[in-house]
Amino acid sequence: MKEPIEKIAELYNAETTENGGRYELTLAKENIHDAAAYLKREYGYDFLLEMVGMDYGDTLGVIYYLSQSTNPAPLLVLKTSTEKSDYPELYSVCDLWDSAEFYEREVYDFFGIMFINHPDMRRIFLRSDWNGYPLRKDYDANPELNPIPHRNEFLVDMERVPSITMSMGKEIETTRSLFDHDEYIVNFGPQHPAMHGVLHLRVSLDGEVVKSVDPNFGYIHRGVEKLCERYTYPQILHLTDRLDYLSGTINRHAFCLCCEKALGLEVPERAVYIRTIFDELTRIASHLLGWGSMCMDMGSITAFIYGMRDREKIMDIFEETAGGRLMANYSVIGGVANDIHPNFVKRVKEFIPYMRKMMKEHHLFFTGNPIARGRMDGIGYLSKEKAISIGATGPGGRASGWRNDIRKIEPYAVYDKVDFEEVIRADGLTFDRYVIRLDEIEQSLRIIEQLIDRIPEGAFLNKPKGVVKLPAGEYFQRVENARGQFCVHITSKGDAKPYRVKFRSPCLTLVSALKEVAPTHKIADLIMLGASFDYVIPCIDR
Amino acid sequence: MEVKDIRIPNMKYEDFKDNEYLEEYVDELRKNGVNIFVGKINDFLNWGRSNSVWPLTFATSCCGIEFMCVGAAHTDFARFGWEVTRNSPRQADVVFVCGTIVHKMAPVLKRLYEQMAEPKYVMAIGSCAISGGPFKNSYHVVKGVQEIIPVDVFIPGCPPRPDAILYGMMQLSRKIKVQNFFKLPGQPEIAE
Ligand code: SF4
Repeated sequence: MKEPIEKIAELYNAETTENGGRYELTLAKENIHDAAAYLKREYGYDFLLEMVGMDYGDTLGVIYYLSQSTNPAPLLVLKTSTEKSDYPELYSVCDLWDSAEFYEREVYDFFGIMFINHPDMRRIFLRSDWNGYPLRKDYDANPELNPIPHRNEFLVDMERVPSITMSMGKEIETTRSLFDHDEYIVNFGPQHPAMHGVLHLRVSLDGEVVKSVDPNFGYIHRGVEKLCERYTYPQILHLTDRLDYLSGTINRHAFCLCCEKALGLEVPERAVYIRTIFDELTRIASHLLGWGSMCMDMGSITAFIYGMRDREKIMDIFEETAGGRLMANYSVIGGVANDIHPNFVKRVKEFIPYMRKMMKEHHLFFTGNPIARGRMDGIGYLSKEKAISIGATGPGGRASGWRNDIRKIEPYAVYDKVDFEEVIRADGLTFDRYVIRLDEIEQSLRIIEQLIDRIPEGAFLNKPKGVVKLPAGEYFQRVENARGQFCVHITSKGDAKPYRVKFRSPCLTLVSALKEVAPTHKIADLIMLGASFDYVIPCIDR
Repeated sequence: MEVKDIRIPNMKYEDFKDNEYLEEYVDELRKNGVNIFVGKINDFLNWGRSNSVWPLTFATSCCGIEFMCVGAAHTDFARFGWEVTRNSPRQADVVFVCGTIVHKMAPVLKRLYEQMAEPKYVMAIGSCAISGGPFKNSYHVVKGVQEIIPVDVFIPGCPPRPDAILYGMMQLSRKIKVQNFFKLPGQPEIAE
């Protein structure tokens, strides 16, 4: 870990700091691309976990979180900044990591930083006619500047995808068209029953075969990150549930962990156990729904009804203890909101054998079903290298053989005290992504089984005194939610409200994976591919 | 003429809230009176309509999951004849607005609504659809769908429980039952 840092510091004049066990390198904007390329080439930093845009007041900056697929635990942080002008610019790193393509578009959308050599500098979430860059501190939120539009966006960008390239020390602004004029393009979404939310895909077809896919986001962009800046930490908690609502409890856990780490708050053992059990129950519920809707997309409504029936049992358990069904609103900073219901242990114990029995049934009826196999076998290959480069974490990446489970890499809560397997499959096909969810349910059941009898007695909440104020600094926490690595980055200036909060959505990279694997498949398989990645759109759009 | 029966089986009339506005409708119908033949046809049509409302599948976020729960095994809205969820607005009677509506989505929702055939109804499910909910202060969120399209039933909650959604559906059923099919109250103009 020491070596690459010293090397980069020497070669590129980087300033090295240490923050919570992570090394941070601050680089000049001219060097960022070269340093990143060097790290990737020489030291195997092949996974760009996330990019955080920042407004430091007088400069704009970007923070890169890098990791190696061979040694995933330590993260390396690169920082750079550029002056705040009308046209701030940085060099793009999307030739090194595919995941940067969407990340950089996001930074551009929110902060207006143009990335030189990025092939596609369109806004990602907001409409192209939006005024201002909302996450800049001096953004003018006057609703008159951006009234509710009455017309759909005119998708001119089909003709004009802007980009900036550097050639012989001169910047050249170019536009290119995304599709040819005689290409046959089908709009898919935003209101489409098989889209699992409001994603809009523009699919270029050759007969029945997909040539390319252009995803359009932002139909549920709620501006959560900006909202966080005006809410206090306990208030932000309820927004985290509503990002990826199917793993809401886990997201909330991540935010709580991040705050607790910053405050140095001791969380009672009892709360940690309860949180872990809740997380795993959430994962089961989410996978059941993902599985059910995937089967529904294949035409099997029965599976959906079965999945929802089993999921309802978990919802009942949640409701009894936490009061909420889908949004349990249960973890709070310092523990959990209230103690578990006296029936909780009994109910969970009843649920485990029930779920096991049902899993047998699901495998019997659906996994082995020839129609289902016909639609899933041999389709949608995603290679391991591509999965890493795209950053497709979670079951989507593990189905391609990439070990990326945070519960194993960086155990949080009580995952280091339980015995479970990280489910890995080697083939990277649609069928693998299907089976991996069912297998993960089994592993979650195993975890719950080991924990449910060991919930220690004692307090369930260690409430922080007074108003929660994180000490000034930057904090980072990642957890494994049902779809992959969910990360929280908080920059605090020591106030009751954060300066900047960034959530890494595992689903955004899953859509890049869809974009990657869809070409050469039939349009009917596109639906199956989308379902197999199981993304949740509000998590992408935030 | 005896004015229609707005009872819902197994639920007492008094147990419903907001009965006053239905009574207003009924009073108006009584005053104006219709001939028995038309009245009977009207009752028959409304009986049919209120028991087979076809919703449009339109879910943008979290509330959509609760809507799916209402459709699935546990609470099953097929009991009330609502199970035929349509994917095309042209075949749907009611749009359930489940979830946050943001600026970019607003024109899409408006267009979907305009594509639906009359008589059409709108249910705003969840605080987001009612007022913007937890995201009210956001720069990109529409503060309630009534800014774009008229709403018949509001179902509060974040997300509303499936029971609440069922209750809201029954309220809409009752509303349909007291409408004069031949003289449907003019749908409010869509704000430009
Ligand atoms: S009301 Fe609550 S649950 Fe429903 S869409 Fe809005 S945030 Fe999600």
